[in-house]
Amino acid sequence: MNLCETTKKMLAKRIIPCLDIKNGRTVKGVNFVDLRDAGDPVELAEIYSAEGADELVFLDISATEERRKTLVNMVRSVAEKINIPFTVGGGISSVEDVEILLNNGADKVSINSSAVKNPQLINDLAQKFGSQCVVVAIDAKQIDGQWIVHLVGGKVPTELNLFDWAVEVAERGAGEILFTSMDNDGTKNGFANEALAKLSTLINIPIIASGGAGNIQHFVDSFKEGKADAALAASVFHFKEIEIKALKQELRNNYIEVRI
Amino acid sequence: MKIVIINYGAGNIQSIMFAIERLGFKAVLSNNPEEIQAADKVIFPGVGEASYVMKKLKESGLDTLIPTLKQPVFGICLGMQLMCNKTEEGNTEGLGIFDVDVIKFSNKVKVPQMGWNQIYDLKTDLFKGVSENEFMYLVHSFYAPNCAEAIATTNYEVEYASALRKNNFYGTQFHPEKSGDVGEKILGNFLQLNN
Repeated sequence: MNLCETTKKMLAKRIIPCLDIKNGRTVKGVNFVDLRDAGDPVELAEIYSAEGADELVFLDISATEERRKTLVNMVRSVAEKINIPFTVGGGISSVEDVEILLNNGADKVSINSSAVKNPQLINDLAQKFGSQCVVVAIDAKQIDGQWIVHLVGGKVPTELNLFDWAVEVAERGAGEILFTSMDNDGTKNGFANEALAKLSTLINIPIIASGGAGNIQHFVDSFKEGKADAALAASVFHFKEIEIKALKQELRNNYIEVRI
Repeated sequence: MKIVIINYGAGNIQSIMFAIERLGFKAVLSNNPEEIQAADKVIFPGVGEASYVMKKLKESGLDTLIPTLKQPVFGICLGMQLMCNKTEEGNTEGLGIFDVDVIKFSNKVKVPQMGWNQIYDLKTDLFKGVSENEFMYLVHSFYAPNCAEAIATTNYEVEYASALRKNNFYGTQFHPEKSGDVGEKILGNFLQLNN
């Protein structure tokens, strides 16, 4: 039996490597032995693209005065070279920030703290650039059984409940939600599938699962149990613990539609 | 070869510029009617909201110019949708090149459709050398139903037209500039069209 022929034509689930960027360079233990320059985001982007990544996310964690200029230069270099979509996030807080990133070739932007501080920003971005390029990232963890939205990489709790906030950002015009479970992030024990599945029942925009990827089965579960539309991970890809080609083949073996 | 990308003030056309450069050509951005008319190939990109973009086109008279063009014209995403009769997005009248009305996906599926989906029933030289069922990158909430002018079909809630052609006018719902090497091949095929 040829699986390709029996697979129903449908939207594929996406696999998204996430790259942390500081001062225009990739950070956090990238372990590609065949890289000429392990800190070059363009070279890494090309490798992931060739391996079958469906999209890329660049998360800027710089804190310097020149951060915007450096980031814009990086976005331009990536857009020149790669032919798959990519999202840029980190420190984006205004319509002007977004405009300059999109004009230089970013396909989408991801906003997080700035959306919590100024929810109207979501409406403004959706209206000006279209919902398709507005990703709202939500970091949350459970406190006394409640999923609470956190800021500053999970350090600062807000008053917001994950599910209420997700519904609000969808209503305000977000095109996609990137949900990171701070409880799962870094554990390599799997994604927060219960919360993910609940999100899918509440909102009708795509959801990217993030936080907790440790093995291939975790990705299978995020799609089957978590009903996620895409799954994002960093270290398992950077350290080659999971190769994207093998991951996608195993997803297909589990009757999950992927682009191969 | 002179390639003009119609510039009506919407952002995010840099990706198309770069894709054309990767194919070994150069493109210029223009909203000047004479420059557009003189081009060998015209690309009509679309990012944003339909009624806003249509308003921009009208301001520069491009709404009347585009349907009269004789060289190959390629509408991408919203560009393709605006080449249709009308679209439900903002109840916007289109350019009336493709004889089909653009409508919205229902809430039975996630909207927008965002990601990679297959194209099949491929027709015309736009897809020369492209296999059936290749994956293309799509981001859209509205779609053109299947119709006589369809040259590619995709399945999301329904089977719909993911590419259209009428005479010298071509359009794709998907983004060839963001659809990997196969997408680039389709963009390259367009640039090779004689008409």
